[in-house]
Amino acid sequence: MSKGLYIHVPFCRRKCLYCDFYSVTDFSLSDSYVNAVIRNIKARGERYDTVYFGGGTPSLLSGRQVYAILSAADIESCAEISAECNPDSADINKLSELHSAGINRISLGIQSLDDRELKMLGRLHDSAQAVLAVKNARASGFDNISADLMLGLPFQNIETVKSNISRLSELEINHISAYMLKVEENTPLAEKTELVSNIADDELSADIYLSAVELLEEKDFYQYEISNFSHRGYECRHNLKYWKCEDYFGTGPSAHSCIDGKRFAVPKDICGYIYSERQQEIITDENACSDEERLMLSLRLAEGCPIPENGGERIIKAAKELQRHGLLNISDNRIMLTPKGFLVSNSIICLLSEAMEE
Amino acid sequence: MDRNQDNIRNFCIIAHIDHGKSTLADRILELTSTVALRDMEDQLLDNMDIERERGITIKARAVRLLYTADDGNEYIFNLIDTPGHVDFNYEVSRSLAACEGAVLVVDASQGIEAQTLANTYLAIEHNLEVVPVVNKIDLPSADPERVCGEVESVIGIPAMDAPRISAKHGTNVKEVLEKVVREVPCPSGDPSAPLKALIFDSYYDSYKGVIIYVRVVDGTVNVGDTIRLMATGAEFTVVEAGYMGAVDLVNAGKLCAGEVGYIAASIKSIGETKVGDTVTNAENPCDEPLPGYREVNPMVFSGIYPADGAKYGDLREALEKLQLNDAALSFEPETSAALGFGFRCGFLGLLHMEIIQERLEREYNLDLVTTAPSVIYKVTLTSGETVFIDNPSNYPDPGVIATAEEPMVKASILAPSDYVGSIMDLCQERRGIFKDMKYLDETRVELHYELPLNEIVYDFFDALKSRTRGYASFDYEFMGYAPSKLVKLDILLNGDVVDALSFIVHTDKAYLRARKIAEKLKENIPRQLFEVPIQAAIGGKVIARETVKAMRKDVLAKCYGGDITRKKKLLEKQKEGKKRMRQLGTVEVPQEAFMAVLKLDE
Repeated sequence: MSKGLYIHVPFCRRKCLYCDFYSVTDFSLSDSYVNAVIRNIKARGERYDTVYFGGGTPSLLSGRQVYAILSAADIESCAEISAECNPDSADINKLSELHSAGINRISLGIQSLDDRELKMLGRLHDSAQAVLAVKNARASGFDNISADLMLGLPFQNIETVKSNISRLSELEINHISAYMLKVEENTPLAEKTELVSNIADDELSADIYLSAVELLEEKDFYQYEISNFSHRGYECRHNLKYWKCEDYFGTGPSAHSCIDGKRFAVPKDICGYIYSERQQEIITDENACSDEERLMLSLRLAEGCPIPENGGERIIKAAKELQRHGLLNISDNRIMLTPKGFLVSNSIICLLSEAMEE
Repeated sequence: MDRNQDNIRNFCIIAHIDHGKSTLADRILELTSTVALRDMEDQLLDNMDIERERGITIKARAVRLLYTADDGNEYIFNLIDTPGHVDFNYEVSRSLAACEGAVLVVDASQGIEAQTLANTYLAIEHNLEVVPVVNKIDLPSADPERVCGEVESVIGIPAMDAPRISAKHGTNVKEVLEKVVREVPCPSGDPSAPLKALIFDSYYDSYKGVIIYVRVVDGTVNVGDTIRLMATGAEFTVVEAGYMGAVDLVNAGKLCAGEVGYIAASIKSIGETKVGDTVTNAENPCDEPLPGYREVNPMVFSGIYPADGAKYGDLREALEKLQLNDAALSFEPETSAALGFGFRCGFLGLLHMEIIQERLEREYNLDLVTTAPSVIYKVTLTSGETVFIDNPSNYPDPGVIATAEEPMVKASILAPSDYVGSIMDLCQERRGIFKDMKYLDETRVELHYELPLNEIVYDFFDALKSRTRGYASFDYEFMGYAPSKLVKLDILLNGDVVDALSFIVHTDKAYLRARKIAEKLKENIPRQLFEVPIQAAIGGKVIARETVKAMRKDVLAKCYGGDITRKKKLLEKQKEGKKRMRQLGTVEVPQEAFMAVLKLDE
């Protein structure tokens, strides 16, 4: 079966306040980096039906660089090939270049359509640029466009979130990834106590999330994962591989892979990556795709998890109690969390995985 | 060894907590060269970890010292350490009965305090010669003159010539020993009379069996003799008889009248060697045992369960081992719907219970869940049958109860007169019946109350201490059963009765107690996936209710390729955390919640 290919592009013009992904600002390394990506893809030699350029800021790469990378890989003709792109670097030339290079799905880091919020997050774009980025993407030939949206920002309330979603849904996009902000340790945001103390508490974030899900469905963006919504048929095929425990190969510093039941990671070191013939791969999990892990991942999906044969009866017993409280549904031998259930999915997964083990 | 009783001095040290008993004992050990300096470990006599940390003595202990006095003679000192807490009152009284004198240590700046008073009176009751000593004269706030005056007026013994010492620096400690030589009477037993010895302590040694600590009053005991323990009638052959060095037992082959020492006689069970019992010679027994012996019965019961059900066997083994050294501990298996398999354990009091629990957790590395303590209720059924109930979940249905009785105690409280009001309030709240009050002097009073035992097992001593700033001392003895209006209060979580949380309470107190427990549980039960109603009910009637709200948010919003290993680890951690919880029906209850309901007055 064809695999997913993830390429981590570790360059950013500037780091956002809340981000804890690996990136550097020295773009002069980009050519050697691209060569290293090509070496590693060739050395791995798999066949792929999805490709994902994540970052960092993949849109900092030129069309020529992207093309070179894609040419090195064995990619199926109908493959989904995504790239993340920041609105501030999404001018029509860049987007056309990317499209010509083979990218057929663009994911725009819009995050918010409120200029105060964008400034607060340390983003380089404003809402006008965000709106323009979507237009440019359409004009450049993209018909599969995703937008990132952040929920639960400091000072946010249900009304501001709703107005954000309404405006976003009017743009010509097919997919929205709506994340609840999480303050990661060792990010500049964690230091800004003024902001952190004004982030919605659990009660309000839960209400924000539930009203976001409701409004998105109203606007024809159907929830297919905890934080992902799309028009029918526009689900991100690459990301679905993660949640369905399918194989993917990741290259670039900090990229992760899951192949043949093993997970491994590349060190967060751009120079080490560039100067090695093949990337260093550190095993992080020898026992990937266990029943427990499948449960943990597939319960993130709206389609839910098939009830495993192992411990099925105990799981159903536990699930029925949760169903009574509106946290999940059981049908066709599957367990599917409701939006209210997604909000407490960690606890639900714990409970069901314990029931499975007993 | 010269066995002349004239050269023997048997004494104990009485002191308020922190007034320096252990430090003085250490200095005395040093001065008598009983312990080489390099072997000195601070507070040698208190050799259980818990004793060192809490600064209390749990079990009595004894040591023999040799001291060459200024008069040129060598004296044998037997220093007997005593516990100070009311739970161990009986052990104190037995230790005192083994002595002729008591060194009373008083802090030079704080003066005499409540807890020492009760023990000092107990010593005087046993006709002990009390030798007052003023300690901590090195402190800037020391006022030895005032403190000596206080000892004279409060206790009524001469104290103006009391040694002023600093046990910490070793100042004047020798003077204490000289006083002991001069003032503590030597023993006066008859060495040729039939053997009569008092057991004041015992412990289990895995090689020698039970070691009993005795004070020989009359006669002699030799290795090879057959001895009889008079209360139980059990007979044993003496394997070792000797005295206690600071580090090891020394087998001297025999013990004579006036001496304090140990006997090993291959005794298998500590249950046969009851503290307070009299040891005599089986072939040539004495006419009657020493006075004052009484059975020590557990007064307080609670269920102890392993947090991890798989550790049931370990818990049993640990309890068996503890019982070898602590005859006052009783236990038998019981089952709880909520907590699984465990033991109903009996204790002398709440401190005893806490200590046992702490030792189980610390020395045997067990995680425990303990249920609310209960006393033994006497219930007469409509059928005429009488049953004793030590576990609230066995409390009969109200329909079949003719009368219910609860244990009462005679309590005496000593405190400065300023606190009489607050003590009376407290006793009133605890359903106490005032008996009398008398002034010991112009500043100190003694109050007598009759109190239901179930009102004092929870936290009475703590409440008394906090209301009298630690100045009150408290003692009680069991007086019998009295009819009472009792009800069984059940706690329901999510609609299900949690048997481990049920308890018996007086009707008048039920509502207040129910409300407090519901509140405490609400504080201690974390939010769950769904709302959890907490109800307190008598029979089918709910009298208090709280709700633990449902958890709203526990989610990892982003989970992509790179996050999966991390997410899996977080999940493992979360599951690990859940293991510390008790699953009661559909509700997860942390172990702390069980403890929290015991401490309602905080």
